[in-house]
Amino acid sequence: MTQPPASPPSLYAAREPIFPKRVKGTFRTLKWWIMGVTLAIYYLTPWIRWDRGPNLPDQAVLIDLAGRRFYFLWIEIWPHEFYFVAGLLIMAGLGLFLFTSALGRVWCGYTCPQTVWTDLFILVERWIEGDRNARVRLWNADWSLRKVRLRVTKWAVWFLIALATGGAWVFYFADAPTLAGQLLTFSAPLVAYSTILILAATTFVFGGFMREQVCNYMCPWPRIQAAMMDESTLTVAYRHWRGEPRGKHRKAEGADQLGDCIDCMACVNVCPAGIDIRDGQQMECITCALCIDACDEIMERIGKPRGLIDYLALSDEEAETQGAKPRPIWQHVLRPRTILYTSMWSLIGVALVYALFIRSDIDLTVEPVRNPQFVTLSDGAVRNTYTLRIRNLTADDRDFRVMLTSDEILRIDVETDGPVANHVTVPANETMQARIYVIARPDDPAADAVTTDLRLWVEDVETDDRAGVSTIFNGKG
Amino acid sequence: MADNKDIDEATGTDTTGHDWDGIKELNNPLPRWWLWCFYGTIVWGVAYTIAYPAWPLVNSATAGLLGYSTRAEVAEQIAEVEAQNAEVAAVLASADLSTLSPDDPAHRYGVAGGASVFLANCSQCHGAGAAGVQAGGYPNLLDDAWLWGGSLEDIEYTVRHGIRNDTDPDARWSEMPVFGDILSDEEIGQTVEYVLALSGQDHDAALAEQGLVLFEEQCTACHGDAGEGIRDLGAPTLNDAIWLYGGDRETITETITYSRFGVMPAWGPRLDEDEIKAVTLYLHQLGGGE
Ligand code: SF4
Ligand code: SF4
Repeated sequence: MTQPPASPPSLYAAREPIFPKRVKGTFRTLKWWIMGVTLAIYYLTPWIRWDRGPNLPDQAVLIDLAGRRFYFLWIEIWPHEFYFVAGLLIMAGLGLFLFTSALGRVWCGYTCPQTVWTDLFILVERWIEGDRNARVRLWNADWSLRKVRLRVTKWAVWFLIALATGGAWVFYFADAPTLAGQLLTFSAPLVAYSTILILAATTFVFGGFMREQVCNYMCPWPRIQAAMMDESTLTVAYRHWRGEPRGKHRKAEGADQLGDCIDCMACVNVCPAGIDIRDGQQMECITCALCIDACDEIMERIGKPRGLIDYLALSDEEAETQGAKPRPIWQHVLRPRTILYTSMWSLIGVALVYALFIRSDIDLTVEPVRNPQFVTLSDGAVRNTYTLRIRNLTADDRDFRVMLTSDEILRIDVETDGPVANHVTVPANETMQARIYVIARPDDPAADAVTTDLRLWVEDVETDDRAGVSTIFNGKG
Repeated sequence: MADNKDIDEATGTDTTGHDWDGIKELNNPLPRWWLWCFYGTIVWGVAYTIAYPAWPLVNSATAGLLGYSTRAEVAEQIAEVEAQNAEVAAVLASADLSTLSPDDPAHRYGVAGGASVFLANCSQCHGAGAAGVQAGGYPNLLDDAWLWGGSLEDIEYTVRHGIRNDTDPDARWSEMPVFGDILSDEEIGQTVEYVLALSGQDHDAALAEQGLVLFEEQCTACHGDAGEGIRDLGAPTLNDAIWLYGGDRETITETITYSRFGVMPAWGPRLDEDEIKAVTLYLHQLGGGE
């Protein structure tokens, strides 16, 4: 072993503050729009009303945990239909695979809440403290009344946004106007307040202070993304073969040997990850494309073609260095891999839509009582008991007649009889349990057979809609 | 620190300076806040073991400053539920079961609660499904045959006082003589044939004819003229398809020769009033209630 250096290097690093500069351009405009739309969706969705009739909530999107229902526009999901949610999650996953394999970390750059809220927080920061240079000055300045005032204002606005973020979340779980009233009069459930405060705290800290640290150290998604990217994936990159050697002094001697990069640091100054894209693809880059905007502006000003920094694939680097023309976007995007993801995504989507259309608004499950399998009655008849669970997925009470079909003679007897024999009324939007008896008379073959097949039915008295389940009858045999 | 930087050539990354046979460890510094979070979790962990029960001692464990225990929490939850149910339980305890409407919350509470009472106290003999155990002579409670009656009132009385026990003077009491001491084997055989005939099973008609005489002499007092049983005496019906101990020739012979009867404890002293009513309601709605 060689002697270690006198003072060993630190194994821990403090966060380097980043002061992203304002930038204008195509991608910045696109990001403003995406930010506006996604934030609007998040904050406003719980307030959309949707008329479902008198017995059901009129909130368009509502996760009713206590009632175990998920309402989404005209769709109402019961716990036993959780596969819809599973399907949607799989689709969301495949969608992310698709976008990642085609466009790299496009989720991170444009739509991830971490990115959107950080962007919003940086916007607030700029409004209050000024653009990059002013912020750097303020950072380095000693504490003064002005610094305190600016900091406190900024934190206050951040906190209000954070509070609204946590606040909007809870509205997805309860009737929004009612809960809002309760929150204001301090009569809302405790869990609502604690949820709001926890989410407000995480929003405040993640958006205001941790920012790129969340992506670099906490988020698992970039680690997974790497598996879905290949050399044809479009990411933000620097055409070093065009830009190098870089140089500031365009009038100096030998300037004609220089590449297009004038080393103005514009791309570095705007980067929310605090990196230099000219060093090549880096772990920290969220492909927000702001450096493309920054560089394009410079290129235009110095009269060079745009695209020194651009959406590129690794495979382009090799081709273009050897003088090939840039490849059109569609060639990057349409690849077997992306086509595969798209078809899987659509397949599941079609299956879900199909399942949605064929699902019936009556649902029947039958649970035969197996302890004991049958009961002998005093006249020698054999009786089986079944527990029916009838789900009424509609908003009205429904009257069902309970029936059975079988090749053998069997009699049915419903215990929870309504006024009419063998009828049960299931209240709106509820599951009802009914116990029924099926009886074989002593000399019917079913009484002595080992088992007899039968099918139990419930049929809506008014609409004749029915649901049936096959089961067996146990005889003495 | 720039002076003692030791940069790895291949990656351009700083190294920690540690060197094992020429292999150097790269230094990718961890963010400092991560370190603080780590310290935070240690502090939290220690504080947790002080606040909550944690450290094992010889016979117990430290109790924790907050005095928390899962057992106390369960007790609290049970008390809470009991308090919630107190009203309906009181209604049930004082209810007249024969007039209690099935839509009454007390009725629903009774059926649901009775199922638990049954599982905890009765299922050991009568089976979890209440189907009884023929080999043990534990009656099936699901069918329509009742030794002592299947009305709510009868069931409640049976549960409260039990059968043939010495603890409750009001216990129901049935008695069947040991006919092995009274009749000869031949006579018993004839009686058995007649009992088989009563319940419509295969039998020897000639023997049964003689058995009829013996049956009228010895058995009708309790089991009735046609073997229909007498509930006041707890004497079972013999002319149906249900047998407490078994209805084949061999079992009936054994029953007549040695006599049999069951015992059931009185649950009056052991169960609360609402529990007795609850289990009564539960049994009554299993399919055989009268
Ligand atoms: S790395 Fe994670 S947190 Fe950061 S933008 Fe991407 S998905 Fe969002
Ligand atoms: S390098 Fe460019 S694309 Fe990547 S995070 Fe920075 S500004 Fe965004």
